[in-house]
Amino acid sequence: MSSTTTLTEVHWFFACKTDDVPLNGGVCVKYKEEQIALFHFSRREEWYATQNMCPHKHQMALSRGMIGTQNGEPKVACPFHKKTFSLEDGRCLSDEAECSLKTYPVKVEENRVYIGFYGGFDKLSLTTV
Amino acid sequence: MKVVVIGNGMVGYKFCEKLVAKFEPGTYSLTVFGEEPRPAYDRVHLSEFFSGKSADDLLMAPANWYADNNIILHTSDPVKEINREQKTILSHKGLTVEYDYLVLATGSAAFVPPIPGVDKQGVFLYRTIEDLEMMTAHASKAKRGAVIGGGLLGLEAAKAMIDLGVTDTHVIEFAPRLMPRQIDDSGSKILQSKLETLGLTIFTNKNTSCITGDESITGMQFSDGTSIDVDMLVISAGIKPRDELAKAAGLETGPRGGIVVNEKMQTTDETIFAIGECALFNGMIYGLVAPGYEMADVVVATLSAAEKAFAGFDMSTKLKLIGVDVASFGDPFVPAADCRTVVFEDTMKGVYKRINISTDGKYLLGGVLIGDAAAYNMLLQTTKNKVALPENPEDILLGSRGGDAPQGAGVAGLPADAVICSCEGITKGAICSAVEAGNETLDSIKKCTKAATCCGGCAPMVKDIITYTLKSQGKYIRNVVCEHFNYSRQELYYLIKIKKIKSYDDVLDELGHGDGCEVCKPVVASILASLWNEMILVKGNDTAQDSNDRYLANIQKGGTYSVVPRIPGGEITPEKLIVIGEVAKKYNLYTKITGGQRIDLFGAHVSDLPAIWEELIAAGFESGHAYGKALRTVKSCVGSTWCRFGLHDSVSFAIQIEERYRGLRAPHKIKSAVSGCIRECAEAQSKDFGIIATERGWNLYVGGNGGSKPQHAILLAADLDSETCIKYIDRFLMFYIKTADPLTRTATWLNKLEGGMDYLRNVVINDSLGINAELEAEMQSLVDNYKCEWKEVVDNPELRKRFNHFVNAPEEKDPSIQFEMMRDQKKAAGW
Ligand SMILES: Cc1cc2nc3c(=O)[nH]c(=O)nc-3n(C[C@H](O)[C@H](O)[C@H](O)COP(=O)(O)OP(=O)(O)OC[C@H]3O[C@@H](n4cnc5c(N)ncnc54)[C@H](O)[C@@H]3O)c2cc1C
Ligand code: SF4
Ligand code: FES
Repeated sequence: MSSTTTLTEVHWFFACKTDDVPLNGGVCVKYKEEQIALFHFSRREEWYATQNMCPHKHQMALSRGMIGTQNGEPKVACPFHKKTFSLEDGRCLSDEAECSLKTYPVKVEENRVYIGFYGGFDKLSLTTV
Repeated sequence: MKVVVIGNGMVGYKFCEKLVAKFEPGTYSLTVFGEEPRPAYDRVHLSEFFSGKSADDLLMAPANWYADNNIILHTSDPVKEINREQKTILSHKGLTVEYDYLVLATGSAAFVPPIPGVDKQGVFLYRTIEDLEMMTAHASKAKRGAVIGGGLLGLEAAKAMIDLGVTDTHVIEFAPRLMPRQIDDSGSKILQSKLETLGLTIFTNKNTSCITGDESITGMQFSDGTSIDVDMLVISAGIKPRDELAKAAGLETGPRGGIVVNEKMQTTDETIFAIGECALFNGMIYGLVAPGYEMADVVVATLSAAEKAFAGFDMSTKLKLIGVDVASFGDPFVPAADCRTVVFEDTMKGVYKRINISTDGKYLLGGVLIGDAAAYNMLLQTTKNKVALPENPEDILLGSRGGDAPQGAGVAGLPADAVICSCEGITKGAICSAVEAGNETLDSIKKCTKAATCCGGCAPMVKDIITYTLKSQGKYIRNVVCEHFNYSRQELYYLIKIKKIKSYDDVLDELGHGDGCEVCKPVVASILASLWNEMILVKGNDTAQDSNDRYLANIQKGGTYSVVPRIPGGEITPEKLIVIGEVAKKYNLYTKITGGQRIDLFGAHVSDLPAIWEELIAAGFESGHAYGKALRTVKSCVGSTWCRFGLHDSVSFAIQIEERYRGLRAPHKIKSAVSGCIRECAEAQSKDFGIIATERGWNLYVGGNGGSKPQHAILLAADLDSETCIKYIDRFLMFYIKTADPLTRTATWLNKLEGGMDYLRNVVINDSLGINAELEAEMQSLVDNYKCEWKEVVDNPELRKRFNHFVNAPEEKDPSIQFEMMRDQKKAAGW
């Protein structure tokens, strides 16, 4: 799948208003049967979205985690055991053997926050074991 | 020198990287032919393609790297002929290129057993990005999957299928057990049962006789007459070296495949080398990257006329299969007669560890770890470097039970030439010198030595070596908070106080740099609370709180929260007990009496928390701060009101103290207790501060601790009246709050305090620093500023809004939360 085809298939889902999300914090968004963690890194004027489930012990918790940076790279720390994951590409920063998070594009238009899903592709995002 | 490389896989790429690093530009030309459509990518981490990595993320080097280094790369253009007379190669697209030296890095292909029906749609291999793309496309229609092959790759493929949504997946292994080449029987059994609990169905001793279906696969039949229905199959039954080109050119190949090479990786034509998974050295194919990289290094050395020979390679591996650690190192299968074996097995937890020790008990020969491979690096190094074992060899597996840490464990015991990162061949000595040259973080070590950049398995050990080297250089390891603040907690506390800063962001702007992290946020948030005692959830500071503080409740297994109302001194009326019972019933909560004489209500949904607290507060309860690094409980015995031995009213005093310090935030949690006489029923000497009644007043003890390292509190002052006792506690607590490192209990703080108890006594009692009036005033202002946090949330609709699971479906609860029943109450479902 080349990147151009994926981009055209992106479907923007309205998640919430900008001020529903705490500054420099996250909320959990329900999208179909999935849970997405949405973060407003207001200090950097950035928005990120990842799967809400922490791959470590499969807890629906990342939206409640603290966000921050490591060498300038934005990250989130799981509230359970403080594993940290890059918000940019979802890889685990604190344990290289840990699985990565799925990440999603976010756009903000007139105080409305949208999360982008790729047609048919979002099915892959959540590991259910 | 004209060099041509056939194959742009992991090893072919590594050869280019090493060649470019070794030779001056302009002294050689380098042309690479790759059959795949894209430049070399990281096959080892191929499965991450399913967890969100793109093909580009997996590239070993960006496409422009080749041109930037004057390498001519032809992708999608396999070489189809080698002409050894003319020293040329001919590519599929018709290019002819001359060479002085030719390097074959053609890797291997998946071995496909001759089973009728393997050509049907829905049958896949697991080796290239294209394979994965085809699997992805097919998986959306598939429901039941199977993998032929229960080895390392097969299990990885099974995990991939689950990730693709084919959760009903079978693994079919021909041998009697999983991973027959790496681990032993018992280890296999544990691994199998662990994987089965994760949802895989595993068949061993099964031989597939045919694949059924018209165009697409619909099922599989086995030679024992059984069959299953599946609509997707991955074949992972081993690898077959790509030696066809070499064979056609008349080079010697092995009977079961592989291009025969000598210790310099030369084939039977000395100008042609073979490296990686296509090379057959001493009758063996090395199917891992690390030996391939070593082979690439040998060829680069040979080309530069250096002496280097390939001497075989350790095939130890550690990996995580569907979340289960599996490792084997050294020789895992030494026959019983030639070794002593120590086995540790915990079938409940799914942990199996076996080590093989030489018969004289001196050396480690190898072993297997399943379920917990934390010790892998150390055990591997101990094996490879023949580090002498401690007196009780089992200590290295089970940890020393009593006495000092076992000798020979730890990085200090390793020789300088111990290879720490086997992928890149980096020794302990090389890492130590890099640290000495000023590279003092894991990241900078990665950049300058390349250690820990490939599989990453050695990263923890590299970190240990960094610390060890810094320490042995006598470097002061300064306790700065994290990369965002170049201050210790104590320094930060004073600066924030002097500058009167009140929000996390302002602290970061004025005293730190960057955007903060999960380490500095709670530290600063706690300092702000200790200094100003403002509501911790005010905008801006809310998201700087540790997650438990942010929800004013402790997150528990499964994602629900526990609720702990304050019950000062452990005294409670029947009416209030009934309220707790009713609330627990109404919100379906598990109840338990805690060690601190209060009642814990577990299993609350985040969105129920405000309502639960509203009811508790209406009945006169307030927050117990069980979620905070704050004063927890002041336990009490019943004292003189009922007990025939009681000297004073320990309950009243405990309540007075608990109400004075409730909500007090500190570097760590604080516990206390008051006993009515020396019989010490409240266990006050195991607390951060404990009080025991005497004939003449109260004895005050400080610095005690339960927990993992129990420690008795030490007497600070004897026979105090109540007022003086409280004064001393004010001073002691405030002094601790101002000077302790983050997450340091009073016991550890006191142990580290220079001058110890004598010094503390001088400060608190004799006012040696002249700060006591200040300490008392500070404590008094905290006491005066106390408000129940939960009451503020309950009364504030804006704050209440934050207690929902879904922002866009506030009325819905997290559907993934599950409970199980036990002794008539619920409990969280297992991890
Ligand atoms: C899913 C998976 C997981 C793995 N996990 C691990 C692991 O955890 N640890 C580990 O050490 N190893 C692991 N391996 C093995 C590791 O990937 C291989 O050992 C390594 O890739 C071998 O490198 P190579 O360059 O020899 O072969 P390859 O990476 O296979 O590269 C060979 C390249 O040569 C090309 N080629 C072949 N013939 C020609 C030709 N005639 N002309 C031009 N190009 C040609 C091929 O298309 C291929 O691109 C794993 C492998 C897989 C598939
Ligand atoms: S410590 Fe003394 S006063 Fe308190 S209950 Fe025990 S015996 Fe009674
Ligand atoms: S569950 Fe997220 S770190 Fe353990």
